[in-house]
Amino acid sequence: MTEPRNAGKLLQEKFSYLKEFDLATPFPGFFLPGDNLVEVARYLKEELSFDLLADLSCIDASELERTPRFEVLYNFYSLKERDRLFLKVGVDEAEKKCRVPSLCPLYATANWYEREVWDMFGVRFDGHPYLKRILMYEGFEGHPLRKDYDICHRQPLIPGAD
Amino acid sequence: MGVKSGPGSDPILTTMLDTALGWARKFSLFPLPYGTACCGIEYMAVVGSRYDVSRFGAEVVRFSPRQSDLLIVAGTISQKMAPVLKRIYDQMLEPKWVISMGVCASSGGFYDNYATLQGIDRIIPVDIYIPGCPPRPEAVLDALIMLMEKIEKGEDLAQRPSRVAQGQLPVIDGEAPSEEATRPRSHVKQH
Ligand code: SF4
Repeated sequence: MTEPRNAGKLLQEKFSYLKEFDLATPFPGFFLPGDNLVEVARYLKEELSFDLLADLSCIDASELERTPRFEVLYNFYSLKERDRLFLKVGVDEAEKKCRVPSLCPLYATANWYEREVWDMFGVRFDGHPYLKRILMYEGFEGHPLRKDYDICHRQPLIPGAD
Repeated sequence: MGVKSGPGSDPILTTMLDTALGWARKFSLFPLPYGTACCGIEYMAVVGSRYDVSRFGAEVVRFSPRQSDLLIVAGTISQKMAPVLKRIYDQMLEPKWVISMGVCASSGGFYDNYATLQGIDRIIPVDIYIPGCPPRPEAVLDALIMLMEKIEKGEDLAQRPSRVAQGQLPVIDGEAPSEEATRPRSHVKQH
């Protein structure tokens, strides 16, 4: 039996700007600048056989006193190697900078995940083919999973039903 | 009700029309199960053979609002779902009753958040609330029996217009269906 590969090490050798972070899981995770995301994801998919984008989520770190405010977390899985790897992109909260390149051209699953993150956190994904709210309804204002969204604020569709 | 019989004639049953109607209605409820969450699963247990709601004459569930007279809201209603629920209620024919099953439907339950309607009584009138998360089938049967008593008396139906007028019940405006909703579906692409 051959030794299992170490995808994290391979990736770090290839891209020196990756910064490892501790995920409290046995899987490797790396911080990287948003500009390099597509490049790294393409390498993961084409060279390291990470063929599934298993999850894509976001953290509003404002109460954790971390900067930048948002962290978009990518969870890649390799069906062939049964291997998992995480990437994290920091996103600034300023309206103009609150954006990440979309992974839709690489992973079809990114489509709905990115819409969800846009809906809940208001992070835009450049190059997404249809960046619309996916869970909340049309006319809903704001992004409910942001820490500064008032938890008592209701936006009923039927007037007076709040 | 009373039984009259005279010499040489068959006994006849005397009753009031309302009483007879109430009696007939209470044993032939056609529920529409509006199951949107885990309470819907519990409702299935009520209909199943172990608890067997057919003992109370309410086992023929109808998935069309036009064929049902009892709306059982079993589950969390989100703000997005609220207009759908209201439309379903509006489409049901009088006389009609509503059971709110579980704390989610009754008050939003522990979903006190941006997405959840804080109780269906904000949009439709409710006859019986069942507490529990989920309520046990016995509780649902108990609610059904309470509703049957209510139906037999028939008071709630007679009072309903005046209660709406007094603002005790939400006003249900019979809004006309939109043009889009009534358009034939032939233009929908077949896959
Ligand atoms: S009341 Fe409890 S069991 Fe019923 S729908 Fe809500 S969470 Fe589920």
